[in-house]
Amino acid sequence: MKDDNSTVVIDAGERNQLGHPLDYRELNRRIRKALSEGQERIVLMNVMGQRYIASATGSPGMRIEIHGTPGNDLGAFLNGGTLEVFGNAQDVTANTMNEGRIVVHGNSGDITGLAARGGTLLVKGNSGYRVGIHIKEFEGSGPSLVIGGFVNDYLGEYMAGGTILVMGINCPESPVGLNVGAGMHGGRIFVRGGLEGHQLGPGACLAELDERDAAAAEDLISQYEAAFAATVDRTVPLRKVMPLDSRPFRGHYDSTTI
Amino acid sequence: MRTVIKVPEKYLPLIDREACIRCKRCIKSCSYNALEFKDDKVRVKDGCVSCLRCVIDCPTSAITVVERPSSYAPHAVFSPEIRRSIMAQANSGGVLLSSCGANAEYMDIFNDILLDAAQVTNPSIDPLREPVETKTYLGRRPGKVVVDEDGKIDLDASETPIVVMDMPIMIGHISLGSISYNAQAALFRAATELNILAGTGEGGLHNDFYCHSKNLCAEVASGRFGVTSQYLKEVSCVDIKIGQGAKPGHGGHLPGEKVQKLISETRMIPLGTDALSPYPHHDIYSIEDLQQLISVLKESTEYRVPVGVKIAAVHNVGAIASGIVRAGADFLTIDGLRGGTGSAPRVIRDHAGMPIEIAVSAVDQRLQEEGLRDKVTLCASGSIRTAADMIKCIALGADVVGVCTSAMVAMGCTVCQQCHRGACSWGIATQIPELANRLDTEVAAQRVINMFHAWNEELKEIMGAMGIDSVESLVGNRDRLRYIGPNPRIAEILDVKHSGEGWG
Repeated sequence: MKDDNSTVVIDAGERNQLGHPLDYRELNRRIRKALSEGQERIVLMNVMGQRYIASATGSPGMRIEIHGTPGNDLGAFLNGGTLEVFGNAQDVTANTMNEGRIVVHGNSGDITGLAARGGTLLVKGNSGYRVGIHIKEFEGSGPSLVIGGFVNDYLGEYMAGGTILVMGINCPESPVGLNVGAGMHGGRIFVRGGLEGHQLGPGACLAELDERDAAAAEDLISQYEAAFAATVDRTVPLRKVMPLDSRPFRGHYDSTTI
Repeated sequence: MRTVIKVPEKYLPLIDREACIRCKRCIKSCSYNALEFKDDKVRVKDGCVSCLRCVIDCPTSAITVVERPSSYAPHAVFSPEIRRSIMAQANSGGVLLSSCGANAEYMDIFNDILLDAAQVTNPSIDPLREPVETKTYLGRRPGKVVVDEDGKIDLDASETPIVVMDMPIMIGHISLGSISYNAQAALFRAATELNILAGTGEGGLHNDFYCHSKNLCAEVASGRFGVTSQYLKEVSCVDIKIGQGAKPGHGGHLPGEKVQKLISETRMIPLGTDALSPYPHHDIYSIEDLQQLISVLKESTEYRVPVGVKIAAVHNVGAIASGIVRAGADFLTIDGLRGGTGSAPRVIRDHAGMPIEIAVSAVDQRLQEEGLRDKVTLCASGSIRTAADMIKCIALGADVVGVCTSAMVAMGCTVCQQCHRGACSWGIATQIPELANRLDTEVAAQRVINMFHAWNEELKEIMGAMGIDSVESLVGNRDRLRYIGPNPRIAEILDVKHSGEGWG
């Protein structure tokens, strides 16, 4: 059904004869159909756990609003455009995102941003374990992940590039868990609020923000404020986590001819 | 404190002084810097790996490479290899690296299996005069036939995508990074010409190679290198790499030296950093999680291509394979212990996993028991060296065999096992432009085409001799195999009769 000439509204809660809501396959088929007809503004209503929404889609003008709770793998392989979730997102949001913007007005689950290499993800609330695992950068532009609240252990594990900012809003203790940056060999993590050395994983170290870091962090904080109409207290200090080495396996191996 | 004791040199190039014309060609050929020109003579330095480039390039055949005769005193338990590896580790404290497939003697079962032929009661077929079909279909079997209103079988109505190949052969996944641009170009060109599939490996797909996409299987590994929506949408099938036979349970480390412009662009990672593939996929800790990745890839490719899963042959492979098919994989690849690699810890390469003969048979039997075998295409790889290995592997249950090392050997590789050093003198496993340019793409492609053409002809010859006219009738046809090896228990596990046992 069409709302007006410019927006397509899809009711993901539409019941079939058995009383089941729209299957994820049918939902995605409808999204792809709208996109292929040049309809780039799509509103999904009553989303109830449908997985893989908008996977491998993307164009600069695409804008999909998601009302309800999308399932796992939201925006996998996303290649441009904006997905805005008015609710909580589940696991593996932004799986291998290449480009684009995902805004979550709620929390997101584990392995948010897995292996992303571009784009921006803004989460208003908290996120789970292994956030930003193995994100990487290419040609100078990496992904940016911003989590407003706290995250669990293994933040930025295996990280090879890009920027993560965890803000710890309404979080009295450290907003990150243990093993932060375990195995990281690129990129940077900014943590607003408490962070101590024992929380770092192997291969990561603490550092002070330089001017460029501070500018990048300020830019992300401003994006967060704009996306969620929030005001972030700038007096809380930021700490930076960075890799000890971009070549963690140097010296690990022996190539002698046996 | 100096703790390094030199590990004795392993190979010795011998130069026939009378034949040598001092052209210095051998010195240019050697990418391991093992020869020099001094006092008007070619002289031998340390570092020869027996890649044989100089031997073949020498215009007067003046060079022979031998194993150094005076290495270690013979010992039945402490072999020279064991002593050398201890020496090397005591020097460096490092994990020993190696490449190619397992270099150990305990595992060749193909050589213990004999093929059957037709005599009297079932006539053989002359494949040059009668059709013997080797066309192979990769993908989930629809399980039903759709008949249209006119009573004709509707081939397009099958809801599952199928890839049609002219031979039951797939060139396995070899990434750009582990091999050179020219080598990958040659393999892709050969696959296109032969109408078979070639794997992209986990390193993404270079822009120049999209012209071959109809014959390519895109790999999605834990590093997700170069995995974009375009990569997924343009190829003919997508393969999730969970494991590799040469290094089950291990990830991948492409050292920063190899991550130059070409690799950086294709993998979409920064120049000069180590490209690390995590050991597991961190979004897959269960069969249910695997099902999600399969589903998201099917959704992303709009159900137009088969999505498969590749695992290393490990001891519980039957149950894992069953789970993978239930998770929705359209094809399943089992990679055996002897499978190749561009770089793997020696200890894993030589000691972890299971030979492909046992694995493919175990998976085939398990899937049959569970009523799943008809649903999936079973691919098997891991040192399918010759047409004979291919035929035996198919008769043990594979629909398709994956071949890598033999295709490399066709291009010039001598299996010197130095791929991990990135200085391949044949221009195959290297990213150094001067070395990579040694490989002529057209020549290499033609040689791969010739080899697979010959294999397919040999397959037809054997099928004809067995009286079988379609390769699909050979799949899992264990009656046509007999075991002749030392351990009858293996025959039981393979479900193959012993030589001498008939069926009537």
